[in-house]
Amino acid sequence: MQDVAASLALGAQLVAAGDARLLAIIALSLEVSVTATLFSCFLGMPIGSVLSVGRFAGRRTLIVLFNGFMGLPPVVVGLIVYLLLSRAGPLGRFGLLFTPTAMVIAQTVLVTPIIAALTRQVIEGEWREHREQLRSLGASRLRAGRTLLWNARFSLTTTALAGFGRAIAEVGTVMIVGGNIDGVTRVMTTTIALETSKGDLPLALALGAILIAIVLAINAAAYAFKQWAERRWG
Amino acid sequence: MTTPDNVRRALVAALACFAIGTHAEERFITVASTTSTEQSGLFGYLLPIFEKLTGIQVRVLALGTGQALDLARRGDADVVFVHDKPAEEKFLAEGYSTKRQDVMYNDFILVGPKSDPAKAAGRDILEGFRRIEAAQAPFVSRGDKSGTNAAELRYWKMAGIDIDAKRGSWYRDTGSGMGPALNTASAMNAYILSDRGTWLNFKNRGDLGIVVEGDSRLFNQYGVMLVNPVRYPQVKQADGQKFVDWLVSPGGQQAIAGYKVGGEQLFFPNAK
Repeated sequence: MQDVAASLALGAQLVAAGDARLLAIIALSLEVSVTATLFSCFLGMPIGSVLSVGRFAGRRTLIVLFNGFMGLPPVVVGLIVYLLLSRAGPLGRFGLLFTPTAMVIAQTVLVTPIIAALTRQVIEGEWREHREQLRSLGASRLRAGRTLLWNARFSLTTTALAGFGRAIAEVGTVMIVGGNIDGVTRVMTTTIALETSKGDLPLALALGAILIAIVLAINAAAYAFKQWAERRWG
Repeated sequence: MTTPDNVRRALVAALACFAIGTHAEERFITVASTTSTEQSGLFGYLLPIFEKLTGIQVRVLALGTGQALDLARRGDADVVFVHDKPAEEKFLAEGYSTKRQDVMYNDFILVGPKSDPAKAAGRDILEGFRRIEAAQAPFVSRGDKSGTNAAELRYWKMAGIDIDAKRGSWYRDTGSGMGPALNTASAMNAYILSDRGTWLNFKNRGDLGIVVEGDSRLFNQYGVMLVNPVRYPQVKQADGQKFVDWLVSPGGQQAIAGYKVGGEQLFFPNAK
């Protein structure tokens, strides 16, 4: 436990010193994972909504697929995105491999099923509750899906946070498609992995503590915003 | 009821900002190299000198030699800078590069418990390996097709030990990089073959120390190759060649010799 205490102190020191390289790594982690989460919400929330209110062939299969893909192994996603973006691969000519954009793409693949599956669950509840009302207003299913998404926007912040949590915490995909290049694609998780492999466990643990603190702070801010917004507009 | 359109517009704007922000043009090359060159701190010292000289940023992927060569086989690097001559020559023969040049060397060391239960200490690496096998003392192998892994397998063979047949619970094939393998060895108090650079920079040593060093067979040669632009037209031929040329030039060789950790020189330039 002494190790942990020493590492926490080291983490606090690192933050207090405001080391430019550490700040750049933190900023890149947030930039990549926030962007991936936004993309995933943009894709996953409509999908989740369609899956809950829609009636079409293959709907159940898709629901099971999206539920299952919540557990996509990051290294496998990383490998697939790597093969797509590789110079020898189909998208090679865009030169995206080992860039932050590649990391955003990979994390979006990873997070979208989570957003879609969790959104479906939220919207299904809303749909059961408001179905008759929306029907009596003559809303089409598509229209109803959009309306329910908007109604559930406060609950959906938790969905978005679950996706963000997955994105910011994973190391498998960003290591493969980003390459952990110093100053270009090195993020918090890959830095922690690197310091661990150098045997500098106190520094690795200190960086881990900083990462956890950031995730907690973002969740606290989102919760506070949700409370405030519900009072204001709810 | 408000429509979500304004939300959507804000999202699109945010995404557009990101896309623009990351598309700044930079002059850079990608070098696939080994964990030993990166984790020993050599690149951190060497690359700023080259960047200052040429304005070319060098982006390093630190992998095992086998993985670095495979990545270059897919054209995902402009230059490879690794240390497993037989594997490099195979890469050349396959036409993925047209020229391989020696750059520098360092050496491997046998690391193990300071108490040396297998009595492997000395200057003869093959005798050390034989004693570890005879004592069935815990030994950690990289098992990742890296240059160090390839060297380890060569030593077993040269020592007359068929490791595939003789491996038992004492031989731990970890499939990991040099650092993680050293962490494992440190936790198990096991023997392990390491490159000197990574060992000197490694902090979690526990009870481990150097057991065998100084055998001429522990020599570890690094070579550099430009990936063949005929195979992959996207390879940055001119800038990649500049990096290769600089490494083997007097200026580059001097820079390599100038890198020291704790007063100890880590790599010895030997370009011809």
